[in-house]
Amino acid sequence: MTEIARKRPVFRNINALKDLPTYRLPAAGWVSILHRVSGVLMFLLMPFIIWMFDTSVSSEISFASFSAAFNVGLGFVPGVLVKLVTLALIWAYLHHFIAGVRHLYMDVFHAVSKEFGKSSAVVTLALSLGLTAVLGAKLFGLY
Amino acid sequence: MSVNYGSKRIVVGAHYGLRDWLAQRVTGALMALFTLVVLAQVIFTSGPIGYEQWAGIFAPQWMKFLTFAVIVALLWHVWVGVRDIFMDYIQPVGIRLSLQVFAIVWLVGCAGWAVQVLWRL
Repeated sequence: MTEIARKRPVFRNINALKDLPTYRLPAAGWVSILHRVSGVLMFLLMPFIIWMFDTSVSSEISFASFSAAFNVGLGFVPGVLVKLVTLALIWAYLHHFIAGVRHLYMDVFHAVSKEFGKSSAVVTLALSLGLTAVLGAKLFGLY
Repeated sequence: MSVNYGSKRIVVGAHYGLRDWLAQRVTGALMALFTLVVLAQVIFTSGPIGYEQWAGIFAPQWMKFLTFAVIVALLWHVWVGVRDIFMDYIQPVGIRLSLQVFAIVWLVGCAGWAVQVLWRL
């Protein structure tokens, strides 16, 4: 125990407020940090996700209140906000899904190179944002 | 290099990671497949999807079987993920432990709710 208790060196060379906003990440870095952000977002919104599952499958009456949440709102929350939160969830799921498949692909095929890391990251970002735009337009009734 | 075998190994941290790393990938793959199964049923349903069609997707016993497995996989997957994040960003042991307890309560509660919905159906 005594040898473990020895102080390990701590490096504090990054100031969260000063350095992070100016830190320029490569595409793979964006995919990585957004994988975490989208995961945390879905973790925190999990009760809302299960509420949607609950109301949408339980009965026709609950299904009606599920649909109504997106139009007239949910309690004191207006319908537009419900749609925006849903849009955030759609993005989070798509990003997490595609970035996760990218991880699995890299693990299975040992596709770990600088070039593949970059190109697959760009594809991940383009696909997730593009699909979010398409589904978001549907959610907000643009088509 | 710290000793990571034998009687003097350091028994803190992420259990050397391999088991959780593998669990996260297996559960992730399962959830991805489940997504495709649900998506396929939504896409191949003819006509607009109302309550009957949507609830009908989760009605067969094999789908409940699969959905239950996915709920457990989700629980496990998220636990590994949020714990990774806590270990990376939350250094004070007290706050980290509190957050880990919160995550467990949050996840077990959510999973219980989801299971209740599934078998009430």
